[in-house]
Amino acid sequence: MSAAALATLAWRFFVIAFLAIGGVNAAVPEIHRQVVEVERWMTNGEFAALFAIANAAPGPNMLLVTLVGWHVAGVVGALLATVALVGPTSILVYVVFHLWDRFRDALWRRPVQNGLSAVTVGLIAASAFLLARAADTGWVSMAVAGGTALVSYLTRLNPLWFFGAAAVVGAAGLV
Amino acid sequence: MSSPAAPPMPSAREAAGPSLSELFLGCARISAFAFGGVLPWARYVMVERYRWLTPDEFTDTLALAQLLPGPNIVNMSVAIGARFHGIAGALAAVLGIIGLPVAVVLVLAAFYSGFADVPVVQGALAGMAAAAAGLILGMAGKMAAPILQRRFWPAAPFIALTFVAVALLRLPLWPVLVVLAPLSIAAHWRLR
Repeated sequence: MSAAALATLAWRFFVIAFLAIGGVNAAVPEIHRQVVEVERWMTNGEFAALFAIANAAPGPNMLLVTLVGWHVAGVVGALLATVALVGPTSILVYVVFHLWDRFRDALWRRPVQNGLSAVTVGLIAASAFLLARAADTGWVSMAVAGGTALVSYLTRLNPLWFFGAAAVVGAAGLV
Repeated sequence: MSSPAAPPMPSAREAAGPSLSELFLGCARISAFAFGGVLPWARYVMVERYRWLTPDEFTDTLALAQLLPGPNIVNMSVAIGARFHGIAGALAAVLGIIGLPVAVVLVLAAFYSGFADVPVVQGALAGMAAAAAGLILGMAGKMAAPILQRRFWPAAPFIALTFVAVALLRLPLWPVLVVLAPLSIAAHWRLR
């Protein structure tokens, strides 16, 4: 892998990071376009396989980007793509939160924060809806999702219990 | 250990806050068990288990983290690490969040063709996907409850509008945020 190709890899994910407003899932169509259609680093099927692995692994869904880097240039590519994705935006976040804290007592801060919080709750609910549709394989899967939602809302149970129970139900061939 | 660039903070919060290694290990814990979605785990660890943040602080921090570009959970870690320990805290939290998963996913990728076709594995993943969706719905409920109690108007219509635009109409996120965020802020303005 030439230095120029590594630089292209880093540049692509540097740009994608700044488009990922609302999270990496919002940027998946753009990542697909760049990786499969523009740079032709992999086929559609290879991209889909990497996406599935990223979701099956523990951790943030930005792991898709790590896997694309790995596919293109091995471990060096994986680390480079990851750093390009999280490094520059992290610096931006640091600066913005620093400024935000300085205005802790400003009169405009409360309405801004409350206004944004309402939109955030709407976005989280939307993610839950879209994920539930993607996970819908019949009434058992929806019962698992609904039961998990209800019990986790009412208790402070460790989420691992829900995953363990759901994995057992699924492995038994019921989902 | 706090850097000179660290935001000023009340001493009570500093005293109750995590050390650098606690930040790193707590974030590593979040990512190590986060199958299917990190945010419900992050809320469990940061709010319910370690009490680094109050429920309101979690929602407020997430609101700003989502508005900025980059992976939400990485943005959250930067904000929370920086809040307790400046730049060193931000680095410790981010390394905790992404270090282990990056290693695990590379090992998985090297082996994936071996187990992707096993029915038991496929079934377990399908069950876990459903639980992940349920957990996020539960989290949405926990975040919505205090907001709806305290300021049903004007919060409720903006929660509903955002949900409809993104989940039902499938509008791109960017324009939705550009339109709804300022309107929501304006609607909350008189509650200063």
